[in-house]
Amino acid sequence: MAISSVIYNTIFRRNSIFVGTVLAGAFAFEIAFDSTVDKYWDARNIGKQWKDIKYKYVEKDEE
Amino acid sequence: MVNRLSGSPLFKRLASSAAVSKSTRNAVLATVATGGLAAWYVNLYGNPIKAVTLAEHGLHPGEYPWSHKGWLDTFDHQSLRRGFQVYREVCAACHSLNLVAWRTLVGVTHTSDEVRAMAEEAEYDNEPNDEGEIEKRPGKLSDYIPAPYANEQAARAANSGALPPDLSLIVKARHGACDYIFSLLTGYPDDPPAGATVASGLNYNPYFPGGGIAMGRVLFDGLVEYEDGTPATTSQMAKDVTTFLNWAAEPEHDVRKKTGLKVLIITGSLWALSLWVKRFKWTPVKTRRIVYKPPKL
Repeated sequence: MAISSVIYNTIFRRNSIFVGTVLAGAFAFEIAFDSTVDKYWDARNIGKQWKDIKYKYVEKDEE
Repeated sequence: MVNRLSGSPLFKRLASSAAVSKSTRNAVLATVATGGLAAWYVNLYGNPIKAVTLAEHGLHPGEYPWSHKGWLDTFDHQSLRRGFQVYREVCAACHSLNLVAWRTLVGVTHTSDEVRAMAEEAEYDNEPNDEGEIEKRPGKLSDYIPAPYANEQAARAANSGALPPDLSLIVKARHGACDYIFSLLTGYPDDPPAGATVASGLNYNPYFPGGGIAMGRVLFDGLVEYEDGTPATTSQMAKDVTTFLNWAAEPEHDVRKKTGLKVLIITGSLWALSLWVKRFKWTPVKTRRIVYKPPKL
């Protein structure tokens, strides 16, 4: 069975599964995209953001 | 002039209605009229006479490499924390920060416990009690940073008529933004240059329009003591407090830039995709050839 017919039979054949795939794909893409960009962002601005310097002040409070 | 004009081929053609159509003649006349009006307008308004000298405009600040300057650069939050310290210990004596609430500092420059402690040092009006009297209560996270003066009149009275501006949006409100604020704070010369006249009660600062500013130089080396050990030079304090004031004016700055990056990536990809789809769909149309075969007679 060709790959295109596999895709057709598993995803496109039933509208409910097709719509569900779109929604699930949107969720998965957003999570992956956001975490990738955030990782790049934090690497680029390392040491400048609050989460990078927070430890200095939170520990002080616990003493 | 008239003879030369009437002798020119264009005039002859325009004059003889047989040689040139009425609409062509109207088009030529309209073009000449439009061009003439435009030239007259530019001559009249194009180069206005300025009644202001460069000194009255104020010296333009230089460009400084702010740590948050680039499209993808966040604020330096350690600098924001130092800048807030400078504001609190120096600027807050005269300048209010009316649009900034204590709570907005949490997770930006300080932990919530630290901000709570600072807020509690200030007193605020409480709800009316059973007798209808307003009592004082210590500040909460939701309170706004207290102003040094009760109102504008009190501020003017305490500063010989000059109103120290509210600093919440000052970075957005001044040409040159951060560069201007930094230049102003660090730009007080020891003596005004020869020829500069400064009214009594004013201080000379070339970056301030007109040169005479009511605020004197306030930042001197070692004025504050930074908790992180950074040497508190004049320019260090000016840089930190300017960065802090930029945060006060644009608290959404970091999130805005990160969202902007995401938006550009997504819309850029969709744009490239749409170009590809267009070419894909149009390929058969663009590459087809229509051949005419004449019928055989």
